[in-house]
Amino acid sequence: MTTLHVDGKTYTADTAGRNLLEVCLSLGLNVPYFCWHPAFRSVGACRQCAVKVFKDEKDVRGRLEMACLIPVTDGMRVAIDDPEAVAFRAKVIEWLMVNHPHDCPVCDEGGECHLQDMTVMTGHVYRAYRFSKRTHRDQDLGPFVNMEMNRCIQCYRCVRFYRDYAGGRDFDVHGWHDHVTFGRHEDGILESPFSGNLVEVCPTGVFTDKSLKHHYTRKWDLQTAPSVCPHCGLGCNTFPGERYGTLRRVMPRYNGEVNGYFLCDRGRYGYEFVNSRNRIRRPLQRDHTGPVEVSKEEALALAGTVLQSRKVIGIGSPRASLEANFALRALVGPDRFYHGVTDKELRLVRTLSALLKRGQARTPSLREVESCDAILILGEDVTNTAPLLELALRQAVLQKPKADALKLGIYEWLDECLREAMQDQRGPMIVATPDRTALDSLASRTVRAAPADLARLGFAVAHALDPTAPPVPSLTPDTLALAEGIAAALRTGRRPLVVSGYGCGSEAVAEAAANVAWALCRTGSTASLCFTVPECNSMGTAMLPGESLDAAVAEISNGTADALIVLENDLYRRAESGSVETLLGARQVIVLDHLAHVTASRATLVLPAATIAEGSGTFINNEGRAQRSFQVFVPPDDIQASWRWLAELMPHSTRPWKGLDDVLAALADAVPAFKEIPDIAPSADFRLTGQKVPRQSSRYSGRTAMTADLSVQEPKPPVDLDAPFAFSMEGSRAHPPSSLIPRFWAPQWNSVQAVNKYQFKTGGALRDGDPGRRLIEPPEGEPTPYSVSIPAAFVARPYRCLVLPAWHIFGSDELSLHSPGIAARAPGPYVALNPVDLGRLGLAEGQAVTLSVGVASRVCSVIVAPDLPVGVARTPAGLPGLPALALPAWGGIAAVGGHSPPASQHAAGVPPVAGNEQDAHTATENTNATSGSPGERGGAP
Amino acid sequence: MPLIERPLTQNIRPGQEPPDLRAYERAGGYEGLRKALTLDPKTVQDWVTRANVMGRGGAGFPAGHKWASVPMGPEAARPKYVVVNADEMEPGTMKDRLLMEGDPHQVIEGALVCAYAIQADVVYIFLRNEYKLSEQRLCKAIAEAYASNYAGPKVLGSPWSVELRLHTSAGRYMCGEKSGILNALEGKRAIPRAKPPRTAVSGLWGKPTVVNNVETLANVHHIIRHGWEWFRSLSHTEEGGTKLYGVSGPVNRPGVWEMPMGTTVREILEGCAGGMRPGHTFRGLLPGGASTPFLTEEHLDTRMDFASMHQIGSQLGTGTMIVMDDKTCPVGLLYGLETFFARESCGWCTPCREGLPWVARTLEAIEAGHGKPEDMEVLDSHVKFLSGHNTFCELAPGAMMPLKSALKAFRADFERHISEKRCPWRTG
Ligand SMILES: Cc1cc2nc3c(=O)[nH]c(=O)nc-3n(C[C@H](O)[C@H](O)[C@H](O)COP(=O)(O)O)c2cc1C
Ligand code: SF4
Ligand code: SF4
Ligand code: SF4
Ligand code: FES
Repeated sequence: MTTLHVDGKTYTADTAGRNLLEVCLSLGLNVPYFCWHPAFRSVGACRQCAVKVFKDEKDVRGRLEMACLIPVTDGMRVAIDDPEAVAFRAKVIEWLMVNHPHDCPVCDEGGECHLQDMTVMTGHVYRAYRFSKRTHRDQDLGPFVNMEMNRCIQCYRCVRFYRDYAGGRDFDVHGWHDHVTFGRHEDGILESPFSGNLVEVCPTGVFTDKSLKHHYTRKWDLQTAPSVCPHCGLGCNTFPGERYGTLRRVMPRYNGEVNGYFLCDRGRYGYEFVNSRNRIRRPLQRDHTGPVEVSKEEALALAGTVLQSRKVIGIGSPRASLEANFALRALVGPDRFYHGVTDKELRLVRTLSALLKRGQARTPSLREVESCDAILILGEDVTNTAPLLELALRQAVLQKPKADALKLGIYEWLDECLREAMQDQRGPMIVATPDRTALDSLASRTVRAAPADLARLGFAVAHALDPTAPPVPSLTPDTLALAEGIAAALRTGRRPLVVSGYGCGSEAVAEAAANVAWALCRTGSTASLCFTVPECNSMGTAMLPGESLDAAVAEISNGTADALIVLENDLYRRAESGSVETLLGARQVIVLDHLAHVTASRATLVLPAATIAEGSGTFINNEGRAQRSFQVFVPPDDIQASWRWLAELMPHSTRPWKGLDDVLAALADAVPAFKEIPDIAPSADFRLTGQKVPRQSSRYSGRTAMTADLSVQEPKPPVDLDAPFAFSMEGSRAHPPSSLIPRFWAPQWNSVQAVNKYQFKTGGALRDGDPGRRLIEPPEGEPTPYSVSIPAAFVARPYRCLVLPAWHIFGSDELSLHSPGIAARAPGPYVALNPVDLGRLGLAEGQAVTLSVGVASRVCSVIVAPDLPVGVARTPAGLPGLPALALPAWGGIAAVGGHSPPASQHAAGVPPVAGNEQDAHTATENTNATSGSPGERGGAP
Repeated sequence: MPLIERPLTQNIRPGQEPPDLRAYERAGGYEGLRKALTLDPKTVQDWVTRANVMGRGGAGFPAGHKWASVPMGPEAARPKYVVVNADEMEPGTMKDRLLMEGDPHQVIEGALVCAYAIQADVVYIFLRNEYKLSEQRLCKAIAEAYASNYAGPKVLGSPWSVELRLHTSAGRYMCGEKSGILNALEGKRAIPRAKPPRTAVSGLWGKPTVVNNVETLANVHHIIRHGWEWFRSLSHTEEGGTKLYGVSGPVNRPGVWEMPMGTTVREILEGCAGGMRPGHTFRGLLPGGASTPFLTEEHLDTRMDFASMHQIGSQLGTGTMIVMDDKTCPVGLLYGLETFFARESCGWCTPCREGLPWVARTLEAIEAGHGKPEDMEVLDSHVKFLSGHNTFCELAPGAMMPLKSALKAFRADFERHISEKRCPWRTG
């Protein structure tokens, strides 16, 4: 604890590793700033944070210092309100206004603009500059980020975020003196998957949300609530904002443990499915004459009849809330509830969660990932399977060189100095994947191999770390040496990390990754084990007992069930169309979902289900963190949360649920793993200083006018039975518990920078802890036994390829593809092949081919992937309009049209027998198998 | 051996080719390096410290102290670097050019002695873009030095190896700033760096680095060869050695001369440069390039060394003065200078990037007769705020030196422009 005197008052604060600006902000003092950012800290460019610092009690003159650059020393004397400091800070704003266009009334940033706030804070009112301003040409940066360069105040934050923090290459500073600009070297789509963060990183209206521009509304007119991103398994925290019944934008909601200040572009821009023209808004009944809209009451009656007269099973969904899945399970009965994913996926996710629960390696939050210092990535292209994990890993590789640089006496907040001292040094990170990844450029070593060989490598690394871990039979000397090298690199870490997950679709890879982490733990390291999971609630739903979709198919085909309720699920994305046809062949099919997809179009009854922004619920992310997401706005028409539909279908006599809290209580009761779930956020009867928490800002406008075209009477705000929030501007403005913060705002701080006021330390946890609760902690006691099922080495097959799923940040997620900007960036259908395989199969780059896997096939074009192991192919997962393939699996590739070369003719000619083909990773150890890893390649050291 | 009084210029014959390696060696060249190699690196540092060589790039930091803060010994980070600051873009300054064009081996030998003293692995000479002749001559001299193993592996049979590289700048004033030069060498924007760390600990590519001016380094092998006592004896003051002084402006003989450190302004102006040209009356001078404060008549008997100039509230800077006469409009002169500084601002920090163009445009307006009384307040406030620690580097405070002193010494001229709505120096 350090004592310091600011403006005559004495404070004590923990100042270790923190500069004067950070300490002042955390003490609740207002010091204006621009170039400092809590995540990438100080460079001293803007000179806005000047304060007076006095040598001692006798010093009355003092000297101006930039608060963001200097440490706090015990007994330090500081004056923020010193007249010279005040005048200088106002002058800095005046300088920034020399070229600023003063176009607040038409600026998208207006109302949550840090420049506006700081201008007011410094008291600058009159700009004496009387000459012309410079003007810049703006660039078109693609669908996500809008540019208006004239508003730039040259704080350099954007370029520091984009290049230094997020590793982007296509963005830089251009020009010199008072003519510097920030952007790409030419117009074009920003390449970084984190580009949207420029919107908040930029303290002015230069970079703004282009998707919001298409349906703009003033920021203070947005209705918001704390929510969770539904677009991948990481569960980043968000603030969706609504006006007039449409969702206008999504902003990051600070969670120190999860996403920090950022979101990926899928998460930020994926929201437009909520406003889609394909939304299901009213119940639909479908009979032989076609679909007809029915009333809510009719729909409930129809569904009630089905439930009474039919043998009904329920199919859940990993993208629906725990509450929705649980309500379905309660409605149809636990033994008639099936997970809405294939056996393959369910087994994989359950393996992942079991490995995390069983072993002593801790599942890290993203914040903890950032602090790891020796990393093995096994089989995972994180950019595309868990985007924000890439951003965290980018910080993690800096841990080692940063620790060295700090030994030179550099203050840890001096970002530029640290980066100069570190140069391009990076800590050890081994990227072992089937194909290239965006993190390769940071890797100390890259390895390319088929999943089975990746698993073998992982098992070998574990054995190299701990001889009691199972050895891998018939390894080549090269692989052995590689494994030992990786083991040695991991051992150098104080906090080693192993990353794996669903990317390869291989349990063996995950088990190998777990063995590595456990071997590290057993040999004295505090290792973490981070797994990605496919969807926002994959982890949560996998914890619910129940069988997979395959079992549901059997129920229908053998007649033990003749009706089904499908929860938020397009089955055609999940399984081969044959199985889906069997399912949908049931006598009655009830679908609850947001969008009119193919499954919905086959339903006999469709119920409009709330999206994440329209209903409240709980989701469990890859870390095992349960997080509550709250309803942002009341959806139009008959849309309501799936769990509410399902609760309303329960017989009147037994219907016990009025609101979310009742569902949560039942859930906690029924499933021991979810005992703590009700406590992760306050219940609906929570009150803050006796009032609800308002979803609308205190400046929300048009409250009486918004519906005046319908009635001049102001409608009563809707009642929320599920959460302690009001759909109103009335309520308490006190700081709520962190899980209930509806927006970050503080007097004088109207931009996101207000978050400083919600933390004890800038960049640290929210005041009463970061939201969410971890449900998975490493067990105490005896270490878990190692996994021992080591696969045989991968052997390429003649005429066939092992087809792996290629995940795409823009393309593999169902919902986000409804945003035009994201759809525009999705890949077309392709199959990627090694040049050797191209030759082997007689194919050429760009050629149209049919890829057949099991009974399914798709037409796609060939692309060349020089790093992909021979015998392995990749094709995008999750693209719309393409038949789902149960990957990974062996597949055939044949040219489309007559003139296919002999090899591929053969491949296409042999009818593949589903189930006969063994997946590489489930193959048993075969003594005859050629040893070694044909596809493996050591990358640059 | 007779001791030399003008060590830096002894071999320089203006208008002639510089001495080649043989000629340089005949004149005693590379003796300093040979001797240094027989000494312990720390001893070399120590002699340079005792010689009290103040940095000749403008800031006057003692070279020996700078070298002594470089980590030494087997634990020290490698490679270590010496950067010879040959960017010389300070207006009115052309002293380094004289050394590089006139006796390139001397610059190289000095740099090599420095490199030996800190056990550096690489020497970069960072040369101003426009100095084409210096470039040719340095290239030739570097090749000769390599050929005779003054540079390269195992220098003159010693265990120490060093590489010598010439880098020509893309051309910016900020490339000469002590940390901007490092970014420029690394291929980055020439913006300055913050401290800590000191460059001596983490400089070029994050490794220990010494940055010294050409003239500073040109002295050091003489110190090793003739001893630090000799070097101190060359000076009139505590600050050792001779100094290259220059005069430009309406004087009889503009030029650069090597004189004892601490020669008075008058001796240089009237003695070396032969006084004002007939018909021109002295009004003031900038003593050491454009970023130093004006001196006027009453200062002419001040000694030109760092301490004495500091005492009268001015600065020695590069020691190359720009003389202003009565035929020159001070507002016009300042407008030119500030336009230069505004253009050369790197754009990193707000006060300099936005303030200097504002100052320049204000001066432009005043000079053109469009000045307003409030403009004086604009100028005064910039002088006040663009000082001290308020900007990130010294460019902007340097830019305010001539303005601040001019607003004091020639304020009436500014006010006349505004009240008469024209430049009194303009005819017609
Ligand atoms: C804007 C600016 C430009 C500079 N340009 C030069 C230059 O061209 N050459 C030089 O030697 N020093 C220049 N300096 C001074 C250097 O920062 C530094 O003090 C000097 O190179 C150190 O060498 P010395 O100690 O031998 O003088 C410049 C300083 C500033 C602020
Ligand atoms: S564009 Fe925005 S973030 Fe970038 S320098 Fe300008 S004001 Fe700062
Ligand atoms: S990383 Fe995942 S959870 Fe986070 S914003 Fe992106 S899609 Fe959403
Ligand atoms: S004072 Fe600031 S803007 Fe000017 S050159 Fe130095 S760092 Fe760049
Ligand atoms: S915030 Fe301190 S200089 Fe920019």
